[in-house]
Amino acid sequence: MIVNLEKFVAEERPRWERLDKLLRRLADDPWRKLSLTEARELEQLYQRVAADLARLSSYAAEPEARRYLENLVGRGHAEIHGARGQGARFRPGAWLLRTFPQTFRRQAHAFWFAVVLTAAGAVFGGAALALDPEAKEVLMPFEHLRDSPTERVAREQENRGKELTDRKGRFSGMLMTHNTQVTLTAMALGMSWGIGTLVIIFYNGVTLGAVVADYLLAGQAPFLFGWLLPHGAVEIPAILVGGQAGFVLAGALLGRGRRERLSARLRAAAPDVVTLCLGAALMLVWAGFVESFFSQYHEPVLPYALKISFGVAELVALTWYLFRAGSTEPRPAPGKSR
Amino acid sequence: MNADRTHLWRVRTPEGVAFTFRLASPVLRAAALLIDLAAVSAAWSVIALVLSVLNLISVDFAGMVITIGYFLFSQGYGIATEWFWRGQSLGKRVMRLRVVDARGLRLTFAQVALRNLLRFVDGLPLFYLVGGVTSLLNHRAQRLGDLAADTLVVWEPVETLPDFAALQGEKYNTLRGHAPVVARLRHVISPAAARAAWSALARRDEFDAGERVKLFAELAVYFRTAAAVPAEMSEQVADEQFVRNVVDVLYVNRA
Repeated sequence: MIVNLEKFVAEERPRWERLDKLLRRLADDPWRKLSLTEARELEQLYQRVAADLARLSSYAAEPEARRYLENLVGRGHAEIHGARGQGARFRPGAWLLRTFPQTFRRQAHAFWFAVVLTAAGAVFGGAALALDPEAKEVLMPFEHLRDSPTERVAREQENRGKELTDRKGRFSGMLMTHNTQVTLTAMALGMSWGIGTLVIIFYNGVTLGAVVADYLLAGQAPFLFGWLLPHGAVEIPAILVGGQAGFVLAGALLGRGRRERLSARLRAAAPDVVTLCLGAALMLVWAGFVESFFSQYHEPVLPYALKISFGVAELVALTWYLFRAGSTEPRPAPGKSR
Repeated sequence: MNADRTHLWRVRTPEGVAFTFRLASPVLRAAALLIDLAAVSAAWSVIALVLSVLNLISVDFAGMVITIGYFLFSQGYGIATEWFWRGQSLGKRVMRLRVVDARGLRLTFAQVALRNLLRFVDGLPLFYLVGGVTSLLNHRAQRLGDLAADTLVVWEPVETLPDFAALQGEKYNTLRGHAPVVARLRHVISPAAARAAWSALARRDEFDAGERVKLFAELAVYFRTAAAVPAEMSEQVADEQFVRNVVDVLYVNRA
């Protein structure tokens, strides 16, 4: 247990303090990159301090000095072994044009699973409403959807969008935050081995299918598509992207057919999950504005043909963006989506 | 990497050196969370007051900005603070906690974002029940967000170097010059006992006079007995000075 601790500390202290100073400087700016000279110095100091810790640990004499060195080595280890490829600053343009669509395509299987689930839910919801119209109260969570479609169309056309006068901004804010919360919950419930995500995505499909069936059976197809498409063309895919993120998380958790440890699988999935969530949230901001400022105006204020055309154009643009954007650029390796 | 019971998490570096994280207890984490909630609430009340000026332009516009702003602020607070302060929010700073990568590597933005986004599910059904139960059952005290991001929340007390002034090593030490006794002391005294004596010396001014005399008497008896120190080497020396001499020869090799 004996080491000449006083002499040891006196001799090594300047190096420890220098390493501490370098690490503090790095900690002050999460995106800071070291110069070559600084990087070499950091590496040398780290090796020296690690050796000091090893020497002190073998004597096991002095917990204070050991803990101090452990703290330094821990921080140095994080900088030296964890810095590769992570120091790049976030570039919104590159993220939007390449990272998000590429990530979407890399995890497309999870998206298609969410699409199939929504479609299954929609068929179930539509069939349930067609077979049992009294089930409407159960199938539709929003009160304003439970009215007769014909009555609603007549009322909305008469109101000419005046219902939202002076509160369109607040309405759009409420839509954005509510839909983002639902989407993030769908993602987060991926941690329930995907069961929670599956329920949310399926239930979303049930509601959608019931609404569509209700309006189609009432002969209000133009109103339905004119009302739903402008914001739904982006909102529904955004929720599906949230579900996609949840299923990516669930896939990492389940690890079927993969040999990595659980922590390694989750670590690899994390960047893609976050990218998909951020992408979905941005899509919902757009959808919130459109729903509040555009979707709520019907004929005679805005012709249905115009609204439907707008929705179709959005859907085409979104499809191109998600499936084609950034495809000429080299794809980042899995887990390197920032 | 190994778990040492429930409080420590050991990381071995490629250089073969091990260092230890002290896992934060659920009580410390709950306290940090409450501080963060209070900070968000207080900060938002000020921000909302400032934003209310927008009512002069349009009540509707102000309402939209406040609705979206609160959502972004409350959800983004944890992500922003933990990213810019290297794993610490205000509450974690106060409680000396830090989010770290479970492998001891540098935190990535994705890890910080994911562990915060998963608060949605950790907070279910209320009062962080899911997250709390998960962290109690997990040997690394991870809630679901930490599991997904492979992060730990650790306790980081201030680490200082030992204070050698406590030894007053410049004074004459009666044990020096008696190599067999010094060798015996170094052989039989455990690191824990040596450390306890050092702590007693470093904190001597914190004890009542009577308790201090009693403490050093007990330590002196222990050292004399354990190392069979000849009586003539300690009988002329006060117990506290004897303990000081013992610690001096245990920690400092002046020969």
